[in-house]
Amino acid sequence: MQDDHDHDHDHDHEHDATEAPSEIELRVKALESLLVEKGLVDPAALDELVDTYEHHVGPQNGAHVVSKAWVDPIFREHLLANPGSAIASLGYSGRQGEHIRVLQNTDAVHNLVVCTLCSCYPWPLLGLPPQWYKSAPYRARAVSEPRKVLDEFGTHLGTDVSIQVWDSTSEMRYLVLPQRPANTDHLSEAELQKLVTRNSMIGVETLKPFSDTND
Amino acid sequence: MNGGHDLGGMHGLGAVNPESETDEPVFHHSWERRVFALTLATGFLGRWNLDQSRHARERQHPVDYLRNTYYENWLAGLQTLLVDSGLLTEAELQSGSCGKGFPDQEMVLTKKEVKAKLQEGKSVELPVAEPPQFVVGQEVIVVNRHPIGHTRAPRYTRGRRGTVIHQHGGHIFPDEHAMGDRTGQHLYTIRFDAGELWGEDNAGNEQVYVDLWESYLTSEGAKQ
Repeated sequence: MQDDHDHDHDHDHEHDATEAPSEIELRVKALESLLVEKGLVDPAALDELVDTYEHHVGPQNGAHVVSKAWVDPIFREHLLANPGSAIASLGYSGRQGEHIRVLQNTDAVHNLVVCTLCSCYPWPLLGLPPQWYKSAPYRARAVSEPRKVLDEFGTHLGTDVSIQVWDSTSEMRYLVLPQRPANTDHLSEAELQKLVTRNSMIGVETLKPFSDTND
Repeated sequence: MNGGHDLGGMHGLGAVNPESETDEPVFHHSWERRVFALTLATGFLGRWNLDQSRHARERQHPVDYLRNTYYENWLAGLQTLLVDSGLLTEAELQSGSCGKGFPDQEMVLTKKEVKAKLQEGKSVELPVAEPPQFVVGQEVIVVNRHPIGHTRAPRYTRGRRGTVIHQHGGHIFPDEHAMGDRTGQHLYTIRFDAGELWGEDNAGNEQVYVDLWESYLTSEGAKQ
């Protein structure tokens, strides 16, 4: 937890730290100072908001839900029938996850989630969306040419697999329940959780068969 | 509104080019962190709701919306909301220095409250007295309407035929919420065949599901 909210953080892989501040950086700083001076925001609360979504809420939450659904048939049934209560039972709830539905992938059906109008995404389960999810190409094309989009993620599905695209136009949030990868019968829930990728829970990829030579 | 944000089906935008999941940081620049946090924190002041916040971003010139990065659009939306709500003046925004007026604010989000407020979320369910007009399995058509205000019926669905696959009960109706009115309306998930939306030439084994409010839909002209 850092106290100095102006200072650059370790995750910055851009040039912010060494180059002169950009025009937008200055504008944002000026706006923040103005709002602090007016007493409208508390800088410590801003730091806390950033810290929450940068370090605490992320796809590991969704992966926990998915891996539990793989190993626990009762939980899986609960999750599909009443996702809000099943997910809350694992401690995940709140902003941008108030109304959740879980979409189950099978051999015949592959689900894919998008928000064509903005960037709606199940924050409590996946954290903040990646840049590509919010980008114009993904928002434009996921609904109109999902197979080509999936190809760009290295996900090649046969035409026998039905692709179901979910456009998040309301406050319903969608989580894909990916298929359990092959060769994982011997793995524990905790080990399985590590195999669940964020992208598989958005539906842009399927999970590869497990092998001990995987990193 | 038919703004730059309503992107479903648009051509010419190029490949998705995703960053690798394991390498991508949550924020790409430090200023993005601040825009994100300022937007959330000021949202708790209670001066505007989520649909007003979306509408503020959508109201930009489409060229600006499309050229901006994601958090640049958030910044533009935030500035609009701050000025529209009277919390800042245009002059203060331009000059970066405080004018005379200090708003009475009793709802400033504190660090202590952050966790609980985020966990609590905000349900948008709102009971509706009338029973739902449509039932699961029924064919419906999306009304071909082009409101100039905020709406959540994407352009690509308008005039198209789909099937009701889920009733969600009453949810806050975004078109009116964006004007500050909190009314409930039945919400449905509608399934569309890809061929209905994009033409038979483009139809594979694909369906698109869209959440749509009751007044976006009609049974007139649909199969009974």
